[in-house]
Amino acid sequence: MNWNLFVTELVSGITHGSVYALIALGYSMVYGILKLLNFAHGDIYMVGSFIGFGIITVSGGATNLGMPVWLLLFVMLFCAMLGGGLLGVMIERFAYRRLRNAPRIAPLITALGVSFFLENAAQLVLGAQYRSYNSFSWKNPIALHGFTLPAQARISYAGVIVIVGTVVLVVGLTLFVQRTQLGKAMRATSFDREAASMMGIDVDHVIVATFFIGSALAGAAGVFNGIAYQQVWPYMGFTAGLYAFIAAVVGGIGSLPGAVLGGLTIGLAQSFSIGYISSTFSDAVVFGILIAVMIVRPSGLLGRAAVSKV
Amino acid sequence: MSTDPTDPTAPRVGVDEWVASHEQRRVERPGLLGVVERTLAQVPSPAFYLGFAVAAALLPAVTSNGYIIDVGLNTLLYMLLALGLNITVGYAGLLDLGYVAFYGFAAYGYAMLASPQFGLHWDTLAVIPLVVIATAFLGFLVALPSRRLVGDYLAIVTLFFGELFATVYQNGESMTVFGFSRKYDVTGGPNGIPNIDQFHVFGARIGALNYTAYYYVALVFFMVLLFAMYLVDRSRTGRAWRSLREDPLAAELMGMPVNRLKLIAFACGAGIAGLAGTIFAAANTAVFASEFDFTSGLLIIVYAMLILGGAGSLGGVIVGALVVNVSLEVLRDPGHATWVFYTLICATLVARMRPWRWLGAIIAGTAAFGFVVHAIVSAAWPRGVDGQAAVGGVLGSGLRHWVVLPSNPTMIGNIAFICLVLAVLVLTLLHGSMQKLAMIPTLYLAAFVWENRLVVEPSITRLILVGVILIVLMNARPQGLLGTSRVEIV
Repeated sequence: MNWNLFVTELVSGITHGSVYALIALGYSMVYGILKLLNFAHGDIYMVGSFIGFGIITVSGGATNLGMPVWLLLFVMLFCAMLGGGLLGVMIERFAYRRLRNAPRIAPLITALGVSFFLENAAQLVLGAQYRSYNSFSWKNPIALHGFTLPAQARISYAGVIVIVGTVVLVVGLTLFVQRTQLGKAMRATSFDREAASMMGIDVDHVIVATFFIGSALAGAAGVFNGIAYQQVWPYMGFTAGLYAFIAAVVGGIGSLPGAVLGGLTIGLAQSFSIGYISSTFSDAVVFGILIAVMIVRPSGLLGRAAVSKV
Repeated sequence: MSTDPTDPTAPRVGVDEWVASHEQRRVERPGLLGVVERTLAQVPSPAFYLGFAVAAALLPAVTSNGYIIDVGLNTLLYMLLALGLNITVGYAGLLDLGYVAFYGFAAYGYAMLASPQFGLHWDTLAVIPLVVIATAFLGFLVALPSRRLVGDYLAIVTLFFGELFATVYQNGESMTVFGFSRKYDVTGGPNGIPNIDQFHVFGARIGALNYTAYYYVALVFFMVLLFAMYLVDRSRTGRAWRSLREDPLAAELMGMPVNRLKLIAFACGAGIAGLAGTIFAAANTAVFASEFDFTSGLLIIVYAMLILGGAGSLGGVIVGALVVNVSLEVLRDPGHATWVFYTLICATLVARMRPWRWLGAIIAGTAAFGFVVHAIVSAAWPRGVDGQAAVGGVLGSGLRHWVVLPSNPTMIGNIAFICLVLAVLVLTLLHGSMQKLAMIPTLYLAAFVWENRLVVEPSITRLILVGVILIVLMNARPQGLLGTSRVEIV
């Protein structure tokens, strides 16, 4: 067995999976509360990626930088999360809020419209071409004292940054949802919106907070993706959003650990099928996993089976 | 309101009057308009369809302009697509976001059986039924694992299926059988399949690029299917589909075979898309996988047509496809698009702005605002006004003295575009006279962005407008323009 290929694909899968997991978390949170498939979520990820690109370009890039790398990373993440979060809140306010009690298909079509608008507006403003994060120094393989990886197995700094950053954000989110009052309100609203509002929870406020946090995570995912894979372009959000949503469904929609597990599953499946089968059919493998999970466990790997009351 | 309980018109406890009298409470317009409306309501809808068929059949007789016939053919193909989607989404209420894949599958199916790709040149009479049945069967297969899924899960499975289709066909130029056989060129990959045969039946053949012939073929298929749908709508299956859409649980409890109904709806929708796909492939003589993926916008456009017309309404399919496709075509030409843009803004203002004096004030204010800004800019920064308007004639020369047209507008146009989006969003938050005052600079900004940025890139502008129309329409009328709002029973 070729261990180099195995390790490379494993790391690549976890890196990709981390990005998917961060996007899937936002999808899952919004779906849990509004039962809305927010197709525009992937495009928030795209906007976050472009914000990071703008900052890295303005500051001269990672190769000839005016500030320490850790500061640049921090500024990129902060701006992308803030920008993504505000964009998410705006979308909720202007496109979805009036449709909360409309038939289910109306907000879905609106979400498609928002997604399409954002993609084409980005293409108008930023151009259709691929842009590249200028972060080549982070692509060097890591060399640690007393421990050498197999010659061709590459673990780059970028991969480590993405994986560690994702773990930090996920732990932070878990603490927030479990320990704070707003997190408790979110869980209550997701459990039963009507009952929560009768108990004095300001549901509007909770929904805005959910959109902000979920979209901020998507913005962070955009920056991470840029660091690890360089390329950004206006239509990147659609495919990534699709994979992330599948990750959320596979993990169990509405469940936060499920979103992370689903993201890693999809990332690894994709990466190993590219490495061992063919890149053309990696989509087919992911589709197969989705169908299999739908048939065997319709509520997802970690989801609770919903009891529907009549 | 009388509260006397013996009064027969008073609301009674325990009787659901609101729902029962829903039809009668629809406001009937007074005057001539009301008479026209009531008379029209008595005409059976097939009469309208026949009227449309006659008008559409006369189009090639009226004009010999190849471009118009081509647009007409495209519109008919869109109508066929919307008709098929209307079954899945409009009647059965299943959100099928992979619909375009069926269209592409059939287009490729026709291309493979009637082109030099595999050296097959089958008779059209054999190919069309075969491809339509195969596509319907594919729809059945996609629906099979998804039949247990609730609406949103179905949406995501089908959406991903659509992307999967596009990826596989895009990369299908060197396929192997599980990696063991030699490589076959199945789909031509990014180059697609060129040199597709024209429709040919027993040796008789439609000439190359004869769009008029395909126009009639599409029209005949569309009219036959439209009348079939009209009958299906009233049949047992049609009623069952609608009950499924309104409440799947109740339908199941009433003994409806819910799973079978879903599968039939999917297969029928896919089959109609398949028919449209064969005509598309033959008329265009080449197919490319990139025409069928999400970024091409085909899916969104077909949904926009269906939603605009009102899902579940057959007349809506015709109106929606006609309005959307003709507008998209008009937007291709910068000169026409500019006229449409200003007409649309003025029409919207006239229709929505009350009282009248505010309407006059806003139009006059915007005009004055424009001349003032133009004067200031031309004094302070002469290069800011030496650009060219996209439209010529009276409108163009008027615009040159009103809109600021910088000689290099890309950067400033982009910034203005973002500002315009924000300004429109802020506008929806304001009320009363503040909103009306804020409208003046927003309108001018819109004209500025249009002249400097949007009109320069018509292909992107069209798609942006489709997105905006969907958002605005859904927020204003969630049931679509021609759809009737359903009575929601809680």
